[in-house]
Amino acid sequence: MSDAIPAGWKSEDHVLYADASRQFLAQEVSPHIERWRKQGVVDRELWTKAGEAGFLGASIPEAYGGGGAPRSFDAVFFYEHARTGDSGWGVAIQSIVSHYITAYGSEEQKQRWLPGLASGERIAAVAMTEPGCGSDLQAVSTVAELENGQLRINGSKTFITNGQMANLICLVARTGEVAGAKGVSLVFVETEDAPGFRRGQNLEKLGMKGQDTSELFFEDVRVPESNLLGGSGGHGFIQLMKQLVWERLLIGVVALGAMDSMVEATASYTKERKLFSRRLFDLQNTRMKLAEAKTKAEVLRSFIGDCLERLDRGTLDPATASMAKWWGSQMQCEVADECLQLFGGYGYMAEYPIAQAFSDARAQKIYGGANEVMKELIARSLDV
Amino acid sequence: MTTDLYASSEHEAFRATIRKFTEQELRPRAREFDEAGRIDKVLFKKMGALGMLGLRYDPEYGGAGLDWSFSAVMHEELGRSDNAGATLAVSVHTEMSTPSLAQFGSEELKRQYLIPAIAGETVSAVAVTEPDAGSDVSAIKTRAVRDGDDWVINGSKMYITNAANADWLCLLVVTDPDAGYSGFSQIIVPTDLPGVRCDLLDKIGLWGSDTGQFYFDDVRVPVSNTIGDVGRGFQQQMMQFQDERLVACISTLAGAELLWEETKKWTEERILFGKPLSKMQNTQFKMAEMWAQMLAAKELGLAAVRALVAGEDATKTITAAKVFTSNVAIDVATACLQLHGGYGLMKESMAGRAYVDMRVATIGGGSDETMLQYLAKQLGF
Repeated sequence: MSDAIPAGWKSEDHVLYADASRQFLAQEVSPHIERWRKQGVVDRELWTKAGEAGFLGASIPEAYGGGGAPRSFDAVFFYEHARTGDSGWGVAIQSIVSHYITAYGSEEQKQRWLPGLASGERIAAVAMTEPGCGSDLQAVSTVAELENGQLRINGSKTFITNGQMANLICLVARTGEVAGAKGVSLVFVETEDAPGFRRGQNLEKLGMKGQDTSELFFEDVRVPESNLLGGSGGHGFIQLMKQLVWERLLIGVVALGAMDSMVEATASYTKERKLFSRRLFDLQNTRMKLAEAKTKAEVLRSFIGDCLERLDRGTLDPATASMAKWWGSQMQCEVADECLQLFGGYGYMAEYPIAQAFSDARAQKIYGGANEVMKELIARSLDV
Repeated sequence: MTTDLYASSEHEAFRATIRKFTEQELRPRAREFDEAGRIDKVLFKKMGALGMLGLRYDPEYGGAGLDWSFSAVMHEELGRSDNAGATLAVSVHTEMSTPSLAQFGSEELKRQYLIPAIAGETVSAVAVTEPDAGSDVSAIKTRAVRDGDDWVINGSKMYITNAANADWLCLLVVTDPDAGYSGFSQIIVPTDLPGVRCDLLDKIGLWGSDTGQFYFDDVRVPVSNTIGDVGRGFQQQMMQFQDERLVACISTLAGAELLWEETKKWTEERILFGKPLSKMQNTQFKMAEMWAQMLAAKELGLAAVRALVAGEDATKTITAAKVFTSNVAIDVATACLQLHGGYGLMKESMAGRAYVDMRVATIGGGSDETMLQYLAKQLGF
């Protein structure tokens, strides 16, 4: 991230990795963003190119084809990716799923799935949300019933990132009779070998136009019992709670990347735009708004740096990650709104990056746990 | 909410008529207009036949000779069309591009353009903003040069609503670059003239509205197409902006109210952690806050309408209402989307569409910054 970060987490290697990330993204992402937005999905080759270049598996252990680096390296890549303005590539999901497997998978599961995730041969999705249940995970109704050593899956999921392209789905399903948290498990579905699995249409969203967000349907889909993450059922809720820390922090990281890119673009635009015979930048209102936006970005940067340091040390707690998620996404939306305003009418035109950044930002306050859920988790940490 | 302005049975009957029109002709086709990127032009004829397009205009030209209270009723109801683009299309025609013509136009010009506009046989648009001049209206560059009995017009206009459907533009141009604020004129320019070209623009919201950029390349119109006196265009446009801003407040708020009502229903139906979302305190407080904000915005708008009906100057109130209501509407859309969760991000959801539709409120019709600057000036700064 910016050289101004004094945080202890950032080493010389992080700086080099950031440079390499920017170079890769400038070649393989930036020139294609507009096309992906039109086609509603990124190119399949992007995944394998990123895999070859080592960006998908940076934090996957070397024994399974990864780079063996701490997760802060993934954070560096996601930050740089967010700065390009692309919201189509669901690359963060790859890291999220990799870490479910690294943390809880059996040796056999690690060997089977991690190398493909690192190379881009496999594209991951997390199938959690259902039409009738979003924030309330315990209300999951998709069922995976044990039957002769196989799990028979029935149910449907919605708003799934990478939904059209994913071929390894980390599915949240109910495996036991037990109601509530204890009956929930994570089951992996390899889509090439799953009759009864169907993808719904690519959903039309307000923003993130290049992202293939979809519904997924499971009708008597059978997978081996050994596809249960960790080999046995009932641990899904705990596994999710522990790993969601990473998912939530990286939403904050993406927020920071987006904010930096918007502040930069808006400062540059307002210096070019003339209004009342002056630069728009010279009007006091513009200066105050940009100063506010820049401050929000810098405060978030410090906080994210602190969180990343704790993440790499293994001490990042759920409440703090929730703060990074809700506050980061809230600041991102505020900055998007103020920056768009400074672009005037142009800011409302779909082709302008600031207009896209505004529309794209809105989802950040909802996915990965709605911000209300984040605040509830933070409140709980104050009530022990 | 308060209804003193609309207490008469005439207002109530009129409201019922417009509500029926909105529910029968606009709401069922809301998504169709999005797909088409504009409303069906035939609707203007239907509205003309119902007498909706000239409420405050002289019956001599087909108008109804009523006051702003009826316009307010109409736009409150049209604002419930579930398509902010459709609502905007009508309000541009009735409150943004025809008021100057009705007030300052010559007899001949009114016969030629106002009568068919009120009948809904033609659709109009107002063209002020340019690629390099938005908030700073006096910086516009589109030029009309006199050649005998004609104006020859060159330049470009940006973000023009009704771009595809419009038959004519109420165009603000520079007629004398050395005359300062007396160097502008309003001219009626038919869109089918040689030299007029239009590109449609793709926006983040208002999908049902046809927004475009116009180019004028040696376009010739008779000097008699000038609305009012040559050189008075800036002042006339500033007056026309008052109607534009007031109608923006009314329709935007109506859209926010509809969204609030639909969101209330959603929270009553949506079950979360074993109970309806509406039973959560956070939901109730958000909904209550929004209601309070909307009530305040409504009263501010009504204060402006009352002043206009009483024949008083309402400039300060309208300016204040424009800023206040725009921000209330955006806050309502933001909060309602959040209460819808993931579904709110879907293009088909009312909350999602409102979020991107409402965003234009603090930009179009005079941005917040323009409004605040204007208001500060009127307050003696």
